[in-house]
Amino acid sequence: MAVKFLREKWIYVLLLVLALALPLLVTNRYHFQIIIMGCLFSIATLSMNLILGYTGQASLAHAGFFGLGAYGLALMTKSGISFWLALPFSGLFAALIGFLIGLPTLRTRGSYFAISTMCFGVIVSLVAGNWIEVTGGFNGIVGIPVPSPIPLPFLGEISFQTQAAQYYLVLAFLLLTLLIMNRLVHSLLGLSFMAIRNNEVLAEAVGVPTFVGKVLSFVVANFFAGMAGGIYASLMGNISPGTASLDLTFNWLVFLLLGGVATLSGPIVGAFAIPVLMEYLQFLAEYRMIIFGVLLIVVIIYFPRGLMGAFTTLQERVQAVYGRRKEAVKGAARS
Amino acid sequence: MLLEAENLTKHFAGLAAVNNVSLNVKEGEILAIVGPNGAGKSVLFGLISGLLRPTSGHIRMQDTEITGWKPHRIARQGIARTFQTTALFDQLRVMDNLAIGYRQRTAGGFWSTLLHTRRWEEDKNRTTAKVMEILSFIGLAEKAFHFVSALSQAEQKRLSIGVALISEPKMILLDEPTGGLILEDTDQITDLIKKIHKVAGVTVCLIEHKMRMVMGLADRMIVLNFGSVIAEGTPVEISQNPKVIEAYLGGESVA
Repeated sequence: MAVKFLREKWIYVLLLVLALALPLLVTNRYHFQIIIMGCLFSIATLSMNLILGYTGQASLAHAGFFGLGAYGLALMTKSGISFWLALPFSGLFAALIGFLIGLPTLRTRGSYFAISTMCFGVIVSLVAGNWIEVTGGFNGIVGIPVPSPIPLPFLGEISFQTQAAQYYLVLAFLLLTLLIMNRLVHSLLGLSFMAIRNNEVLAEAVGVPTFVGKVLSFVVANFFAGMAGGIYASLMGNISPGTASLDLTFNWLVFLLLGGVATLSGPIVGAFAIPVLMEYLQFLAEYRMIIFGVLLIVVIIYFPRGLMGAFTTLQERVQAVYGRRKEAVKGAARS
Repeated sequence: MLLEAENLTKHFAGLAAVNNVSLNVKEGEILAIVGPNGAGKSVLFGLISGLLRPTSGHIRMQDTEITGWKPHRIARQGIARTFQTTALFDQLRVMDNLAIGYRQRTAGGFWSTLLHTRRWEEDKNRTTAKVMEILSFIGLAEKAFHFVSALSQAEQKRLSIGVALISEPKMILLDEPTGGLILEDTDQITDLIKKIHKVAGVTVCLIEHKMRMVMGLADRMIVLNFGSVIAEGTPVEISQNPKVIEAYLGGESVA
């Protein structure tokens, strides 16, 4: 069966081996850079998926929190704090601000929540552009150091000057994010998030504290957005208000919608497939956007759960037909 | 007394949907709340379950004041409910619907989920066992992995009762558990309600329109009309009460 392979363990092992061997396979620096960005944006999209996909609250402040993490890390590392200490703090900083913003905004629902979070995202990038003494204004912050080397006994140290090393760093954080998201969504806690998405009134009635659930999901999502922003700042070396721009949020939203909302593979597939597609459609210049517009509409109408969601649905249908046939055979044997 | 409601009133833009209603639910009984459409029965359930805030009045559960509590806290206090229009998590599977209902009886939080602690493991096993138990109790064991949309109307009704029941409530509020069902399915639901009462030992409070069913099921009945209690008593007393016959049954005798 064409779709059954998604369930097999070996496919994941194969993917992991492929991911680890990637620096040997990709020699072009430009392509490699696209892959590194794909991993980073996968982390951002995966965390957006937690609040938007699984919990059903369309936060459009995601790049805002990404930006908070990026600026947080840039300021900390430039003042001499080690990257490895600054990184968790940049995540925690985004999470804390997320908590404070979530308390009022999560009391609103649906499009009201989307609009209020979008406003926050815009505010972050406006502040970044105008608080010149701290953020450097529209010039941004330049000369952010790369992650400090990790000393290893007897083997010297791991430095992050090369692209390959930077890639492994991003990959490690992507896997960590994936592991945590996997544990969250495949648990009673994750089920209660989905219950909130599906029917908030019923969720309350069966004892799920929906507001607490929404705040928790929002805070965790923003923690990872902040960390992704922190890694981004360190690897790029410079950031600007564009790092927190709404465009970035909408890019991730498109990755998420096309890749598959409320699936774990969807955000990663989206974050890699769309930029690659963009590269191939380079010759169309601005007209690319028309193609994406149409694609987005088609996917939302016919595959509301994106590419990976469509796979899963197909798989379930095949199983249902297969199962029914098996039952019918059993029934026939009995009579 | 399991539940006491005292002088409950709920106004919607000046209109009293529930007007000065007092009622008691005794432990272990089946109480039926009947009344014509718009009498305020569902609003009363909304008030008890915390979905609506009373304009005035008090609700006490085993001597704990629960007036104005959030629905999830009231649920944790031991009052489960179903909705008139069958409410389920239709994006999820049958077993997941039940697992969510049991979430309030598990202790694990965020960190134990992330770290897969022993408590998380215990919660998971306990939930699975409980889901299996309820699945066979409501007769849906074979449908565990189905999505809600693949269930029949009657199966959905049973599942919604299961979702309420799995939280091990002291009292269950059923808002028209047989609404929109054909006769055979109604009988099955009636049997299930009896089982909940006898086997699971849960106090039942239900809203129902089908008089024949209620008469055979309830220990006690309360009749609402225009937001007020107009009669209270055993099914036999109610069926002979002239006020009820006039207001609710339109002068006809009870079937």
